Amino acid sequence: MGKYYIFQDQKRCIGCYACELHCKTKNNAPEGAKLCRIVPTGPQVVKGVPRMHFVFMPCFHCEKPWCVYACPTGAMIKRAKDGIVYVKEDLCVGCKNCITACPWGVPQWNSETGKVMKCDYCKDRIDQGLEPACVTGCTTGALKFISPSEASQIKREQFAKNISPLKK
Amino acid sequence: MGTKRVYSICAMCTGRCPIVVDVNGNEVEHIWGNPYLLGGYHLCPRGAAGKALLNDTERPQTPLIRDGERGSGKWRSVSWDEALDYVADNLKNIIDKYGAKSVVLSDRGGAITEFEKTFLAAIGSPNYFNHHATCSNSIHNAHLSVAGLARNGITYDYKNCKYLVSFGRNLLESLVTGEAKSVIDMIENGGKLVQIDVRWNYTAAKADRFFLINPGTDYALALALIHVIIKDSLYDADFVKRWTVGFEELSNFVKLYTPEFAENETGIPAAEIVKLAHDVGNAKPSVIFHLGWMTAWYSNDFYLRRAICSLNALLGAYEAKGGLIINKGPEAVGKPLKSLLAQVPKPKDPRFDGCGTKYPHLSEQWGLAQELAHVLLTDEPYPVRAYIVFRHDPLASLPDPDYIRDAFSKLDLLVSIDINYSETGWFSDVILPEDTYLERTDHVIARNGPKPGYILRQAAVQRRFDTRPRWWIFKELANRLGVGQYFPYNSIEELIAWQLEGTGYKLEDFNEKGYIELVDKPIMWDRVDGLKFKTPSGKIEFISKKLEDVGIPSFIPYEKPIELKPGRFRLVTSKCALHTQGRTTLNNRLLNEYVSENHLYIHEDRAVELGIKEGDLLEVENEGEKQYIKAKLTKYIHPDVLFMLHGFGDDVPLRTRSFGKGVSDVRLQKGLVKVAIGGNCPFTECTVSVKKVK
Repeated sequence: MGKYYIFQDQKRCIGCYACELHCKTKNNAPEGAKLCRIVPTGPQVVKGVPRMHFVFMPCFHCEKPWCVYACPTGAMIKRAKDGIVYVKEDLCVGCKNCITACPWGVPQWNSETGKVMKCDYCKDRIDQGLEPACVTGCTTGALKFISPSEASQIKREQFAKNISPLKK
Repeated sequence: MGTKRVYSICAMCTGRCPIVVDVNGNEVEHIWGNPYLLGGYHLCPRGAAGKALLNDTERPQTPLIRDGERGSGKWRSVSWDEALDYVADNLKNIIDKYGAKSVVLSDRGGAITEFEKTFLAAIGSPNYFNHHATCSNSIHNAHLSVAGLARNGITYDYKNCKYLVSFGRNLLESLVTGEAKSVIDMIENGGKLVQIDVRWNYTAAKADRFFLINPGTDYALALALIHVIIKDSLYDADFVKRWTVGFEELSNFVKLYTPEFAENETGIPAAEIVKLAHDVGNAKPSVIFHLGWMTAWYSNDFYLRRAICSLNALLGAYEAKGGLIINKGPEAVGKPLKSLLAQVPKPKDPRFDGCGTKYPHLSEQWGLAQELAHVLLTDEPYPVRAYIVFRHDPLASLPDPDYIRDAFSKLDLLVSIDINYSETGWFSDVILPEDTYLERTDHVIARNGPKPGYILRQAAVQRRFDTRPRWWIFKELANRLGVGQYFPYNSIEELIAWQLEGTGYKLEDFNEKGYIELVDKPIMWDRVDGLKFKTPSGKIEFISKKLEDVGIPSFIPYEKPIELKPGRFRLVTSKCALHTQGRTTLNNRLLNEYVSENHLYIHEDRAVELGIKEGDLLEVENEGEKQYIKAKLTKYIHPDVLFMLHGFGDDVPLRTRSFGKGVSDVRLQKGLVKVAIGGNCPFTECTVSVKKVK
């Protein structure tokens, strides 16, 4: 299992696309390339009020990433120390096999370089002790950069907070 | 992270969020929110896209003088000297012939307006105005009449608020970073959000309760809420007794407006109205009835806003934790900034737009932008011959641009100072390109609020093109017109040092956090003795002496909105998170990629009646004006309403990404260049017909 996970707090997410824009500017992504995506679903009526959910889709940094298997040159790499899947650009020949292989549409074509680019959780930032740009810049603080085990803890906490008769 | 961090203020919209810019060499690496003020690096998508503005070649890169018919798009690139001489010479001739009052100037408004106001006053013209006629004049004038405070004279304490009621303020979509985050914090803390709107939106999606109200009936709802709050004694009796005048008259006035009456008008069940009144009554005084933001709605909007202010006052929400905190400026702690404008004698001529004379109750502070066209066409009360439009685009934001463009043809001189090719700029004689906010330092501005302080916009990188900062442009123009003494500085650093004289602070003090806080703890005035409402009585005035003295009633009876003719719809507009200010962000490479055109939202049932399917091309028509736009079907809009995002339909061909995409709402707003009682343009009184293009 990878070391990191981006938890999206649906209660806080307002579907403003700041995550995508911070990602694009940080990674200098050209037009058309989206390294992470907000996918609106809904509206669905809950207790009489139409609700909206926004599914945040960065790379999931799969346990066994098909993009890595599909890459003929070894440009797509799963980093041993933390499981981050990234493109080593100088090895990428632009064959797009990874784009075809990924079931989530994560690898993106960079029309300016003729190579593939993808979400690497901003590993350069992580290596400096920072968080991915999408998480750091999120307008409402809806995204949290955590370990996978913390996710279930957050969910339990939120659940407890919602049902607790002692809450203020 | 970059090699350098520069604290500054965003200018992608007028929210003016505090930012920190990571700079590497002369390139911006990233723009974040200022963590000291926003509790993290949070910044909305527009702010994040600021980087794309900086290097965009589709903005004016040198001064330009028109070289053909107005609006023909033929420009001659000139030096700054030539452009400034041209403007100054023309201004001199006009002033000699018609007097200084024939020169008018408008901007977008806001906190950084010192240079242009000083320039105008220095040449002797009283005619400063800004965009608020198409935005928030009605709430501004209403709040002044009720509380003696400007629209932005209060800070909303969202975090501690228990009940936030919004009449159509789309807090989570037309968003300002800090505000949206605080509202979400409030919801997480258990605060309730109630959204009242004619269409469901992302704010409504987060609300505990959402009321789809009949269009134009908000006033009936507000009056019924007051009715229940008084009748069931839900109000803050101590606050009302100590701080208000006219409670008895208000009580009598609302007797008619029962929840049942309001149900009939608004479509919101009477029981829900009663419940809402009780809920806010139980949560008082930690209640916010949001005053509104873009409030250019109906002719009676002034009275809706007065009623909203009154609701806050009845619940004792002013200066209460979780309510509306009255802003304190640096002068409250004896550290005012020195002001350029204060050094200039006030011009004596009456204003062109009638504020303070023809419209004695309307504030001169923001003026009446919509009067310019009428004054130009009639020469009443006197001829206006020169118009300097500075970071404002009346042809893209006022109703009926064709009418206004005709009026602008009468001008001897139209000068546009902007970072963009605006619609108005395109029709100008001269374009003076300003540095973007990432390239310029502005004067220090006061941060008014519970904790007063100063904040500063600072250049992050060097300029890309032959553009100039505002402090330089207005100083140079003033020099050429012989009034340079009112701009007693040679650099922005010198001006900042002068502004801060006597405060004990200097420019370097902004380096650490980007702002200076003058107090440690919020200043909260004493609710028994200390509140300062700047009305004649020093209290909240349900009955306003200022209004009554000039023959304007404090209350007016509710009137039904004008009935729709068969086949007509009410056209309603708003903003989204990616393009809050319409034209300023529309051509941005990053933002345009996300939203490049607007759509027409129509209720599914009405669409079926008209044979319209999702994605169909529609013809929208009003008084001969026809626009073409794609359909979006939705269940969650009032059946009488059509909705589109504001600001699209760009006519400037040099803006290749946004040119010709989508529809301009204002072009459909025929005949609405009017002065409503609150000084607003009644935008939402526009009705249109729609049909599928065969």
